[in-house]
Amino acid sequence: MKFDKDTVARVARLARIATTDEERERLSRELSAILEWIDALSEVDTDGVAPMTSVAAMALKSRGDAVTDGGMAGNITANAPASAGGCFVVPKVVE
Amino acid sequence: MAADGTWETVIGLEVHAQILSASKLFSGASAAYGGAPNAQVSAVDAGMPGMLPVINMTCIEQAVRSGLAIDGRINRRSVFDRKNYFYPDLPQGYQISQYKQPLVSDGHIDIELDDGSVKRIRIERLHVEQDAGKSLHDRDPGRSLVDLNRSGVGLMEIVSHPDLASAGEAALYVGALRSILRYAGTCDGNMQEGSLRVDANVSVRRPGEALGIRCEIKNLNSLKFLQRAIDHESRRQVDILEAGGRVVQETRLFDVQRNETRGMRSKEDAQDYRYFPDPDLLPLELDAAWVDAIAASMPELPGARRQRFMSEHGLDAYDAGVLVAERENADYFEEVARGRDSKLAANWVMSELFGRLNHAGIGIAESPVAAAALGGLIDLVADGTISGRMAKDVFAEMFESGDDAASIVEKKGLRQVTDEARIGVMVDDVLAAHVDKVAEYRAGRTKLFGFFVGQVMKASGGRANPKAVNAILRTRLDA
Amino acid sequence: MRTATGLTISHARDLLARGELSSRELVEAHLAAMERHRGLNAFITETPERARDLAEASDRRRRNGEAGRLEGIPVAVKDLFCTKDIPTTAGSRILEGFRPFYESTVTANMLREGAVMLGKTNLDEFAMGSSNLTSHHGPVVNPWRAGGDPRTRVPGGSSGGSAAAVAARMAMGATGTDTGGSIRQPAAFTGTVGLKPTYGRCSRWGIIAFASSLDQAGTLTRTVRDAAIMLGAMAGHDPMDSTSADVAVADFEDGLEDGVEGLTIGVPKEYRVDGMPAEIDALWQRGIAWLEDQGASVREVSLPHTGYALPAYYIVAPAEASSNLARYDGVRYGLRCEADDLATMYERTRAAGFGAEVKRRILIGTYVLSEGYFDAYYLKAQRVRTRIAGDFDEAWRSVDALLTPTTPAAAFAADSPPDDPVSMYLNDVFTVPASLAGLPAISVPAGFDAGGLPLGLQVISRAFDEARVLRVARAIERAAAVDPVPEGF
Ligand SMILES: [Mg+2]
Ligand SMILES: [Zn+2]
Repeated sequence: MKFDKDTVARVARLARIATTDEERERLSRELSAILEWIDALSEVDTDGVAPMTSVAAMALKSRGDAVTDGGMAGNITANAPASAGGCFVVPKVVE
Repeated sequence: MAADGTWETVIGLEVHAQILSASKLFSGASAAYGGAPNAQVSAVDAGMPGMLPVINMTCIEQAVRSGLAIDGRINRRSVFDRKNYFYPDLPQGYQISQYKQPLVSDGHIDIELDDGSVKRIRIERLHVEQDAGKSLHDRDPGRSLVDLNRSGVGLMEIVSHPDLASAGEAALYVGALRSILRYAGTCDGNMQEGSLRVDANVSVRRPGEALGIRCEIKNLNSLKFLQRAIDHESRRQVDILEAGGRVVQETRLFDVQRNETRGMRSKEDAQDYRYFPDPDLLPLELDAAWVDAIAASMPELPGARRQRFMSEHGLDAYDAGVLVAERENADYFEEVARGRDSKLAANWVMSELFGRLNHAGIGIAESPVAAAALGGLIDLVADGTISGRMAKDVFAEMFESGDDAASIVEKKGLRQVTDEARIGVMVDDVLAAHVDKVAEYRAGRTKLFGFFVGQVMKASGGRANPKAVNAILRTRLDA
Repeated sequence: MRTATGLTISHARDLLARGELSSRELVEAHLAAMERHRGLNAFITETPERARDLAEASDRRRRNGEAGRLEGIPVAVKDLFCTKDIPTTAGSRILEGFRPFYESTVTANMLREGAVMLGKTNLDEFAMGSSNLTSHHGPVVNPWRAGGDPRTRVPGGSSGGSAAAVAARMAMGATGTDTGGSIRQPAAFTGTVGLKPTYGRCSRWGIIAFASSLDQAGTLTRTVRDAAIMLGAMAGHDPMDSTSADVAVADFEDGLEDGVEGLTIGVPKEYRVDGMPAEIDALWQRGIAWLEDQGASVREVSLPHTGYALPAYYIVAPAEASSNLARYDGVRYGLRCEADDLATMYERTRAAGFGAEVKRRILIGTYVLSEGYFDAYYLKAQRVRTRIAGDFDEAWRSVDALLTPTTPAAAFAADSPPDDPVSMYLNDVFTVPASLAGLPAISVPAGFDAGGLPLGLQVISRAFDEARVLRVARAIERAAAVDPVPEGF
């Protein structure tokens, strides 16, 4: 079991997804199977092979420094489950 | 801490400096400070579904300029990575930053310690990244509010080596860095508005021992707080160690009211940022000629300017240091000094002008006396139109009214009297009015000479040229 | 106007041009078909009123002598494209109620070319799937049934709603997105033409991201020519997408009928996988014969790293997805499950908002990027990806295009899908390599299995050579001479 229940719990916590014990049980089985299958990659000799960084050969695009966007606070918060005074609202955050 | 010799403090700083630009790093929204909540936000900055970043090349140019200003190595190829973590002010769920391949490596800043010695602080890297939005925790009892106006604003994160040994050195380093960035024109350095924020990594150790466990104090936005936080934190760690305890590595906040640092709740669980190259952006590859052109256009920086003030203007290290700290001050001084006695110009700027500016609580930009006007005043002293003493009053008048020296001198008829004949007449009147004193003088009470000078100056309304007065009195009395 | 739904885009274009048909008539016929076949669940959101308005506006433009490439043509849009003021769900509960205030570049281009949008089609949640069984809005039913088998079939995925809508004559064409086969596999399962252009050919701006380095918009149509017409209207350089290619968009209809005379077609031996059904192999051989009969020379080539494409894909795609889907946190849009503290709000919202397959991929992706595993998994996979791209580059030295089956089997029954994730993933074994290399590829209907279910052949060619892909596909289409129409449509 590469992906034991504790690993599932740790990763689910990192991904901010609540899981029940049964889910962790099932996920542990499924994800371990997927990982074992993925491990076939270790057979490939990739010494001196550069990781792919851009799929199609092209140079990075860029913009000039002009203000062309914004000024639409209404649109920005229009879909928010909770907002107040033009801000998004979330449960109290204690720093 | 190092003071008592039993413990030394080791400090490394991460400075977040807002890049001076009109729009954000990856969107066309305004990067200006302030603004109504979410009014300076594009769909990209709000992490709306399907939105993609496109880089603002001016921000990169600014970062390259900054890298050159700290004598860093500009990496022709750098990569933008995603730093993944969840926080309400981080709309995408990741911050676009640079991790393994930063834009700039291996720079340094020299700071001058109180004993006059120079210490080199090594800078590990300068990388470009997005700022986050702002969470407001105090507006509402049960809830936090999020404003994304700052989300996506371009930042330079400048990471020093742990070369700093005290709160004082840390403040000197940040001050020097701030000055350099302001000279380079890449950051306004406004700490109140958060344009320059400091994270301090602090640890303590016995001299000669390996580095101790460090704590990171986040978001210090003034030099005063920076020093207080470092002092408190190193003392806290020493207390723990001397009590036989061990310091836990953690992120802490400086509580300004309580004047102490405390652990951050929001950073409690172990972070795993899962950095990986942002697939929405290609590697940033810079053309050598483009970088060279920026290097060629670099302005004179504080260090070089200070040297020049010493060699060219003959100022001492201290005065030169004071004058170059703020670019506007140095520019003002150089305009005043152009074609005039530099030391005299420095004195006027540093004692008279700075004194009144401080008193009035305004910056040199708002000075009612322009550099040219101050130069004009100095010229009037040089050509004998007014005496040095009188010049101070004229300057006061200039500062009040904003008029130039010449017109004040004319308006108030302060022009100095040098005409020997006219002074001779005044002298004769004074001597005629004090026949008895003249007799006592001639009888040997020569200390009365000062009395006669005073009377003549009084009669002239202070405008008679003192040298001439003395000379004529001598001839009249000692004849 | 029932027959109007049977028209191809190119034929309808001629009738519209000659004034023998109005966009309004064409659109009404398709809206009626959408109503009749609502049981297929191909659409998540239908926009009939907007469609009628667009059709009338189109007819008006035409009267004024203006006509875009898709003038008056009713099309469907995969619900992964953000459409201004129209709900956009990605087939997920987590985007409940989300209405974008912006229009994706691709759909905006199509609207500018006169297209009439009928609605938003169903898909596997966040385009993660090969069956259309993972949508929060329920499974899509393939209009095709196997002879004598009453069980409904899956349309494939993730663009299953678009494929079903086109196969069932509810739309003349539809947009799809392809990350590992999400256009080509459903096309093969529904007897339609599915084109995945070169990575960078169509802008990704406004398309909800699954795996940024793989996602590419494309077309589902009933003919190869229709694919050429639609791509022409969708493609183009977009300054708002840093990975959009600044490459001129040719008229993809040019040379479409030129045939394969003188072309060299490669047959990659590694695609002859163990246990490949005989009828798939037979279909492949038939395709080879068709091309040879039309003057192409066919030779076997080797793409040695083909076998590692799927594992590499299942590292890269989930890794990117785990980061791309972090923005769905209940703060700015979509579903939110309230809680007193932030962490609980996040965890409840994402637990309730994402389905099982999406969670699996987010967790795998989070794992392979986490401390200590990045090099062994993500970096390794990107190196393997370089190798796979290298295999293709090597092939292009000796051949002009590659011919392979699109899928290892025909559409499976909805009630008996592959029973574990990995065998479900094997659906994409033939489509993933071209995705990893960013190459243009198409699936064209080429025949049927024993049960009468459609099967497709895949053509792959060089980056930005969609014209050649289309030309070879057209040669197969001509020779195959199948006009797949599911019974009752
Ligand atoms: Mg930091
Ligand atoms: Zn930072």
